[in-house]
Amino acid sequence: MHPAYSVIFFTTFSGAGYGLLFLMGLFAAAQWIDPVRWFGFTGFFFAFSMIVSGLIASTYHLGHPERAWRALSQWRSSWLSREGILAVTGFVPFSFFAMGWVIFENHGGAWRLMAVLTILFAVLTVYATSMIYATLRTVRAWFNRHTVRVYLAFSLWTGSVWFNLLAHLFDLHTPGIGMIVVITGILALWLKRKYWMFLDTSPTWVPPEHATGLGDLGSVKLLDAPNTQENYVQQEMGFNIARKHAEKLRRWAFFTYFLIPWSLALITFESDPWIKIPGAILAVIMVMVGTMIERWLFFAEAKHTTMLYYGASDS
Amino acid sequence: MTEIPQNTSGKKLGLVIDLDICVGCHACAVNCKEWNTSGHSAPLPDNDPFGQNAEGVWFNRVHTFECGQGADSRTVHFPRSCLHCEQPACVEVCPTGASYKRAEDGIVLVNEDICIGCKLCSWACPYGAREYDGDSGVMKKCTLCIDRIYNENLEETDRVPVCVSTCPANARHFGDLGDPISEVSRMVEERQGYDLMPELHYQPVNKYLPPRPKSADYQSEQPKRLTPVAARPENEEAGGLFRWIDRVLTR
Amino acid sequence: MTRGYFEPIEEINTSPTISDEIKYTTCYMCDCRCGIKVHMKDGGIRYIEGNPDHPVNKGVLCAKGSAGIMNHYSPARLTKPLKRVGERGKAEFKEIEWDEALELASKWLSDIRKSDPRKLAFFTGRDQSQALTGWWASQFGTPNHAAHGGFCSVNMAAGGIYTIGGSFWEFGEPDWDLTKYMLMFGVAEAHDSNPIKAGLSKLKKNGAKFVSLNPIRTGYSAIADEWIGIRPGTDGKFILALVHELLKADKIDLDYIVRYTNLPWLVIQNPGGADDGLFARGIDGEPVCWDTGTNQAADARLAGVSPALTGSFRLDDNREAVPAFALMATRYLGEEYSPEAAEQETGVSASTIRRIAAEITETAFEKEIEIDQPWTDWAGRRHNKMIGRPVSMHAMRGISAHSNGFHTCRALHLLQILLGSIDCPGGFRYKPPFPKAAPPPLKPTGKADQITPGAPMAGPPLGFPAGPEDLLVMEDGTPRRIDHAFSWEAPIAAHGMMHMVITNAYNQDPYPIDLLFMYMANMSWNSSMNTAGTKEMLTAKDEETGDYKIPKILYSDAYFSEMVAYADLVLPDTTYLERWDCISLLDKPVCSAEAAADSIRQPVVEPDRDVRPFQSVLIDLGARIKLPGLINEDGSPKYPGGYPDYIVNHERAPGIGSLAGWRGEDGKNHGTGAPNKNQLDRYIENGCFWEHKLPPEQHYFKHANRDYLEYAASVGFIEASNQIILQVYSEPIQKFRLAALGHGQIQPPDEHRERIEKYFDPMPIWYPPFEGEAIDTKMYPMHALTQRPMAMYHSWGSQNAWLRQIHGTNPLYINRKTAESFDIEDGDWVWVISHHSKVKAQVRLMEGVNELTVWTWNAIGKQSGAWNLDPDSPESKKGFLLNHVISELLPEKGDGFRYANSDPVTGQAAWYDLRVRIEKANGQENEITAPQFDTLQPPEALPKRPKILRYGRMYSRIQELEEPK
Ligand SMILES: Nc1nc2c(c(=O)[nH]1)N[C@H]1C(S)=C(S)[C@@H](COP(=O)(O)OP(=O)(O)OC[C@H]3O[C@@H](n4cnc5c(=O)[nH]c(N)nc54)[C@H](O)[C@@H]3O)O[C@H]1N2
Ligand SMILES: Nc1nc2c(c(=O)[nH]1)N[C@H]1C(S)=C(S)[C@@H](COP(=O)(O)OP(=O)(O)OC[C@H]3O[C@@H](n4cnc5c(=O)[nH]c(N)nc54)[C@H](O)[C@@H]3O)O[C@H]1N2
Ligand code: SF4
Ligand code: SF4
Ligand code: SF4
Ligand code: SF4
Ligand code: SF4
Ligand SMILES: [Mo]
Repeated sequence: MHPAYSVIFFTTFSGAGYGLLFLMGLFAAAQWIDPVRWFGFTGFFFAFSMIVSGLIASTYHLGHPERAWRALSQWRSSWLSREGILAVTGFVPFSFFAMGWVIFENHGGAWRLMAVLTILFAVLTVYATSMIYATLRTVRAWFNRHTVRVYLAFSLWTGSVWFNLLAHLFDLHTPGIGMIVVITGILALWLKRKYWMFLDTSPTWVPPEHATGLGDLGSVKLLDAPNTQENYVQQEMGFNIARKHAEKLRRWAFFTYFLIPWSLALITFESDPWIKIPGAILAVIMVMVGTMIERWLFFAEAKHTTMLYYGASDS
Repeated sequence: MTEIPQNTSGKKLGLVIDLDICVGCHACAVNCKEWNTSGHSAPLPDNDPFGQNAEGVWFNRVHTFECGQGADSRTVHFPRSCLHCEQPACVEVCPTGASYKRAEDGIVLVNEDICIGCKLCSWACPYGAREYDGDSGVMKKCTLCIDRIYNENLEETDRVPVCVSTCPANARHFGDLGDPISEVSRMVEERQGYDLMPELHYQPVNKYLPPRPKSADYQSEQPKRLTPVAARPENEEAGGLFRWIDRVLTR
Repeated sequence: MTRGYFEPIEEINTSPTISDEIKYTTCYMCDCRCGIKVHMKDGGIRYIEGNPDHPVNKGVLCAKGSAGIMNHYSPARLTKPLKRVGERGKAEFKEIEWDEALELASKWLSDIRKSDPRKLAFFTGRDQSQALTGWWASQFGTPNHAAHGGFCSVNMAAGGIYTIGGSFWEFGEPDWDLTKYMLMFGVAEAHDSNPIKAGLSKLKKNGAKFVSLNPIRTGYSAIADEWIGIRPGTDGKFILALVHELLKADKIDLDYIVRYTNLPWLVIQNPGGADDGLFARGIDGEPVCWDTGTNQAADARLAGVSPALTGSFRLDDNREAVPAFALMATRYLGEEYSPEAAEQETGVSASTIRRIAAEITETAFEKEIEIDQPWTDWAGRRHNKMIGRPVSMHAMRGISAHSNGFHTCRALHLLQILLGSIDCPGGFRYKPPFPKAAPPPLKPTGKADQITPGAPMAGPPLGFPAGPEDLLVMEDGTPRRIDHAFSWEAPIAAHGMMHMVITNAYNQDPYPIDLLFMYMANMSWNSSMNTAGTKEMLTAKDEETGDYKIPKILYSDAYFSEMVAYADLVLPDTTYLERWDCISLLDKPVCSAEAAADSIRQPVVEPDRDVRPFQSVLIDLGARIKLPGLINEDGSPKYPGGYPDYIVNHERAPGIGSLAGWRGEDGKNHGTGAPNKNQLDRYIENGCFWEHKLPPEQHYFKHANRDYLEYAASVGFIEASNQIILQVYSEPIQKFRLAALGHGQIQPPDEHRERIEKYFDPMPIWYPPFEGEAIDTKMYPMHALTQRPMAMYHSWGSQNAWLRQIHGTNPLYINRKTAESFDIEDGDWVWVISHHSKVKAQVRLMEGVNELTVWTWNAIGKQSGAWNLDPDSPESKKGFLLNHVISELLPEKGDGFRYANSDPVTGQAAWYDLRVRIEKANGQENEITAPQFDTLQPPEALPKRPKILRYGRMYSRIQELEEPK
């Protein structure tokens, strides 16, 4: 599949945004931290701007952005529609939650309910996003149980790296944070590995013989495509990355989205500000870059059944 | 809403394509383009039409495959357009309702007035039947010639998709595959018409008729041969012509 | 089902009006000439569809026809007459007015006509007005005229005309409805594009068996029940092996042979004599047979005689003679024609050949068809049934485009004849006006006494020589025509040799010409062999004078083709939707086996450019230079109304004109009759065609069917209603051989004797194609072919915005196994090297191709900038033209003389004799094909190429797209 940058940017940033909201909601609901105004403000600022910019980015690849509102109509059947609705309605609990924290410096009582709702919406929205892909039977690399897990895990992991940065900025010493960073990082790593193992070992999804129904006549090979220059379908679904190249990128991704930010987060637990703050910032940059590489691969490595009609030997 | 409507009539309009006689001439593809570029989905634009990467919107495209290897391999021409699936994920995934399947005849269409051009439906189509018109920012696709098949300005006999009426080899047929006794259904019955990628459960309405097996005498163990007229000695003398000498034939 | 505000129900107009006017005319996206309905809406072309009533296409349209709108609106359309200002080939032009253009052209023409009319060489390509152009040439007085047939399929035409008085494509067709077995030889698309597709589908649905012989398995061959990947150039060997088998098993239709062929005729046996191999003739010159009834020689044409088929007989004058049948049988029973011998050459196993022989005879004789349709034979005998031998055959350039094509084609007809399947139910069927006498009594004109400055020629430039006396040669035996047609190099060049014109004109052989006048032929590109060399010859200058070797080039094209760049004066033509045309019975008509028909084109839109229909321009020019047939006594133009005026009012012979329909003042006659001023209206009312359906008793055996023959004679198709006897043994051919053996007044120069003697065999022979014999085949082990893509028409399809998306480039196809042996992979770049030159191309591997054969699609490659395409278009950078490696001349043999790369009998260009080797283009994979030529700059007046095309937007319900995004 053709990796559309708008979509990569969108899923990465809104993912991180929701992850961060999730953690803030969690810490508030669990009352693990005090509702420090500026901590909250910065946190919500990061989270909201990531989510919003992500949403805006996602409209770039639309043919008619001005009609985007129509996408809210098909919640009964379309995960894209559901995602849109969740993204929009989510802002209600988010804002109340933020209001309580930043203005009233309070996340108890009724505000606490908002924190819980925030957690819920954050998870559901990311889940909806992932389901857009996970329900496409046309793409083996997406139509599997790993897709949703990886999306949720990455949302959480990127969010926690951001959360870690906040913690250091405001110098909150909650051991929980360190734990979460360590665990979510490993979780993201583990699930993505499993995804890649699945991808490398999963047998041909649909063979050309089934795409054409000509299997009885022998192995099926394209002789002539209908057109000699690439058409829309080939440009959109035909993007194909070489095995070797993909492996290289996977390694890069491993360093950037996991190893560097994870170790940085570790070493930044108990050190003095001059190290940990720059370290945490670097970790954030790295994890975002790494996740974008990972997302790029998520598209680039995905084969669409349509290409069976254009010479692909498997899908 | 885009949940697949209950098809009350049970009518399933679609195409049956006979791969046994398709010569791969592209007439159906070009005629489709010609009709539709001025039809319901007008226009079907072409980018860089006289340049290096000419590519345009087509609703029907003809592929050529080779099956098997060596002497007993075969070449099969393979036209491909929207199959108007009964379980069209292309419709389910559409966030706007622009993609829909008509209850009355099962035709899958795009409402260009509300399509936001998110392309998700083209991702959801296993058959590559959806083509994006970047110029007007909307998705387009085979309409089953909706502006022809019910067109009162046309003769009854002309109310068929143009890819069908133009096919020089008569390899394309249009009809109601929901009606078991329709001509197309019978064809499918007799010729074991089949679905593409059945395992994906889109349940295409369009059916393909397989190429017939090669005739039996082809590559048989003891091939037929003519038996020479018994070579009699005198026959040889006359250079083998003797047998014709006593033949009396009148003009 | 309710749909709310969010998802409005789409309002669909399922009954939009399609057109405010429908205009009927004839398609010209290829030579098939299908009838079309053009739907006009709001002044534009909404849709072109097939005319369901039309005899040719019965409502269907092919890919090309469906893309007609894109040719009509092509940005490559010429817009105004062009005068060359720069060097030839650079496409530097000045736009001029028509008056200036026509002044200049007529000056050139009249000067030549006054001095030496032969100095005009007038050759036409894909046009459909050869009845006009040929006649115009005779009026002008030059013998140097022909259409493109010489490089197209003259072998097929001549082989058929000299044998059965007809042939395939315009001349005949298989009996699609009744045939039970069809053998197709070397057809990719043919002229009958749509009828063949429709026919094959019928045939397969009827359960008939369809066998395709073709080195390549695409298109029609792909749907064949059996594909035989025969080695190129060896079909003759295959066919004659079938004949061998039939004779051996005595599975031949003797009654048919005796009734309808010249095989019973007695042939004089007098080795060394001037009459050896000629027919024994009676006092009135009638051929004789040996009547076993009376036991004496008798008029072979008489009904009721019982001719001997074998044996040897003494004639009254004591000469010895044998029936042609005996000669035929003796030859083909010989071991050199055995399936085993054929296997060696064809690569088709002997057992397959035997099986096919068994299958066709079984079909012909055990599955015989009887139609309860009484008919009357030439002798007036009533037959109450029509007996059919349902084996049909069709062939095209796979056979004719070889240097052995004439004989292979005759062999094919011999096979049909032995099966008794010529014009019988289920077999091959003639299309009126065929059959004609084999050959027709029409001779080429152009002998010394037939050419006078300022005067017309007595007859047409082209014809059918029946012996050396009909050749157009000088006393010393050298050619009289610039293309060397009807010379000893190609005595039966019935369609001329357009492919030799430029070379010969450049060499001033046999004499220099002054003006090369061409129409609708892309001769600097895809219709020439040795393209690069051709470009040089077109631009070559004489050292002393500095003038071009070919002094003037006048050319009419409708588009900015490669050839335009080489013209000194360009006459821009209209597109096929903007003009009148006439598909005449005098030319290449659109008849079917059961109907005589002709048709017209009418303008459906007005030209939006300063262009004129070429035929009208030609008539205008003719009047300006005072060609007798084109002016009245007072010197005023005879057809001021241009071509439509001519179509209606010109009479070739009294009562015979361009169109056969609605003749006579009242329009009540057809075939013959006085001109009818309302004729064109009648055609238009009838969908732009006229058709006379033959009554059922005339449907078959036209060559011997009295009712048909009388009808044909009455409307001028044939001279007289005599039976047309199939000429298996060809006496005209034997006459040339006798000349080579030293008999008669007109004999070949010594250097040609051997060749004439060898190849002018009165009965079909097979010999290996010339190129393979002239070069070291170890150096060039492979055969290289081209095929017509069904969705492209030669070079002119590439300007078509839709068709070029289907064929924007062309790979070199190689058999997978073969490629592996050269370790060549899919997508590799290779050199295709012939004895003449080399081209670079990208490889595509396939299964369905003969292992010794490589091939590509024809005419996809383009010169950069031509056709107003992007200079870096895939056509020029990834596409290639195989023509570059095909030489128009054979390698010289010792004496320095180089024959044309053509059939020795007809001069047919031997495109498919080409031999090559394939070499990996190591280290040179700059991913661009070679050779590349300078980029052509389209004339300023041509429109800029649009970045996006939105045809049909004017009909769109959504009008919000004002500015391109
Ligand atoms: N390698 C190879 N070469 C071949 C062949 C092959 O099989 N292999 N086939 C040969 C054969 S059989 C043929 S017939 C030739 C065909 O080759 P050509 O005779 O060159 O035919 P085209 O290239 O179709 O078109 C000739 C010219 O007609 C012009 N034209 C198109 N429409 C009109 C019109 O309405 N009016 C005028 N005035 N001009 C028009 C086009 O612009 C083009 O320049 O190619 C021959 N060349
Ligand atoms: N779409 C389309 N239709 C056309 C044309 C076009 O350009 N495009 N051109 C028109 C013209 S001008 C012409 S002349 C006709 C030509 O009509 P065709 O004769 O069908 O055209 P070719 O492409 O020359 O096909 C030659 C076929 O013979 C095969 N062949 C080559 N050598 C041999 C051999 O030795 N033996 C056998 N058995 N087969 C052999 C080739 O593989 C090829 O399939 O088509 C006409 N129709
Ligand atoms: S028009 Fe008919 S024969 Fe030609 S490609 Fe389409 S289906 Fe096949
Ligand atoms: S073929 Fe594709 S576009 Fe057509 S209905 Fe099925 S899924 Fe939808
Ligand atoms: S592109 Fe249009 S039709 Fe397709 S899913 Fe998006 S909105 Fe629906
Ligand atoms: S049904 Fe109509 S729109 Fe669909 S492929 Fe055929 S011609 Fe095109
Ligand atoms: S075969 Fe196609 S291009 Fe040729 S005349 Fe018929 S419709 Fe036109
Ligand atoms: Mo031709």
